[in-house]
Amino acid sequence: MFSAFDFDVIQRALPYLWQGMTTTLWLTLLAMVGGIVLGTLLALMRLSSIKIISVPAGIYVNLLRATPLILVIFWFYFLVPIAVKHISGDSYAQGIGPFYSALIAFTLFEAAYYCEIIRAGIQSVPAGQVNAGYALGLTYQQTTRLVVLPQAFRNMVPILLTQGIILFQDTSLVYVVGLTDFMGAASKVAQRDGRLVEMYLFAALIYFILCFLASYVVRRLQLRITPPR
Amino acid sequence: MAMIEFKNVSKWYGSFQVLKDCTTQVEKGEVIVVCGPSGSGKSTLIKCVNGLEPFQSGSLIVNGQSVGDKATNLPQLRAKIGMVFQNFELFPHMNVTANLNLAQVKVLGRGVEEATAKSHALLRRVGLIDHAQKFPGQLSGGQQQRVSIARALAMDPIAMLFDEPTSALDPEMINEVLDVMVELAQEGMTMMCVTHEMGFARKVAHRVIFMDRGEIVEDATKNDFFGTPRSERAQQFLSKILHH
Repeated sequence: MFSAFDFDVIQRALPYLWQGMTTTLWLTLLAMVGGIVLGTLLALMRLSSIKIISVPAGIYVNLLRATPLILVIFWFYFLVPIAVKHISGDSYAQGIGPFYSALIAFTLFEAAYYCEIIRAGIQSVPAGQVNAGYALGLTYQQTTRLVVLPQAFRNMVPILLTQGIILFQDTSLVYVVGLTDFMGAASKVAQRDGRLVEMYLFAALIYFILCFLASYVVRRLQLRITPPR
Repeated sequence: MAMIEFKNVSKWYGSFQVLKDCTTQVEKGEVIVVCGPSGSGKSTLIKCVNGLEPFQSGSLIVNGQSVGDKATNLPQLRAKIGMVFQNFELFPHMNVTANLNLAQVKVLGRGVEEATAKSHALLRRVGLIDHAQKFPGQLSGGQQQRVSIARALAMDPIAMLFDEPTSALDPEMINEVLDVMVELAQEGMTMMCVTHEMGFARKVAHRVIFMDRGEIVEDATKNDFFGTPRSERAQQFLSKILHH
């Protein structure tokens, strides 16, 4: 029954698909790191007792979480060039290209989600630990950096990685700004060669295998780091 | 001047008053035991000393500095006051030596070598030098509490606060912790201990403070307290915890 299909198309397209995959992986990795750094900052802001710090962070997080990702990707793709022109005053200024605009969009979007994960992680550290830090003479910053965050992150590693897997899947949305990630590469080959079924099957299989393996690793990790208390 | 001086300290959680006009003082070298039924404000009282619990009215002078004053550098003051918690609160992500070194290095600015030498000397003193590289989760409750006493002592404190240090321990581990505390008291450390261990109080306390419903009901020398407690509430409390 597969006689009508031509799976060799996959092999011929492998170098091109690999190129797409490197884009996907870089985008995932950089957006994850950026999202976690920014998310940690937002989480600390949201937990602040000072209203002018916590309220803007809260508005940011709720706004981003209530917005479809695809819209954020569009915004940044179309708005960043306008902003660059406006700031530089050069009406011929170019945008920063689809990769960087997508990277910024993903980082800012993921930061909102990471913020909520990290906030929960920080709150999972018992108040007694904070008191112990203070009682030794550590400042708020030292207690946060040396006592709270290391424990919070250790508890959160599985959830952070799971969010990373979701991000990996979500990066396929960058086709809307013409960026050729793995999905984009598969899609282009599929349409060029008229081999939609083969290529989309292959893409699905690759996404499944990678996500399944990653989830498995996360589960193993989760069992290992359940902290002894 | 007293090392710790409470004057009419009051504290509310919302409309509920947890401390009512508490006035007392602790002299240098004095060992004070604070006791009373649960919810009487004992822990809150000693957590005021290093500013872990803020209070709304009254004054509290510790080592010449006003704790409630916004201008007081609390981290600097806390570095001089050791504190031991009911649940040990060792840092689970660091080994025992790192737990003892942390504040020595980050707060006092000691070098790692100097800090480690101090830490190991203290671990030897509490009998846990063999566990220097272990993580808190690998130790028993009694061992963890001794480590936490050593961690506080590593800062060369001028006074020590104990917040029910033996309440979370299995009975067979209570004495190993009390022994360390007795030794500390006999060396002349200024101590304020919230505890129900009346044997400890009898042995080393100079004064006993009895609290009930946020008030200091009785503040007496050890002999007066155990011999002739004046208040009925203190008498009831004593008869409950001593007669079985």
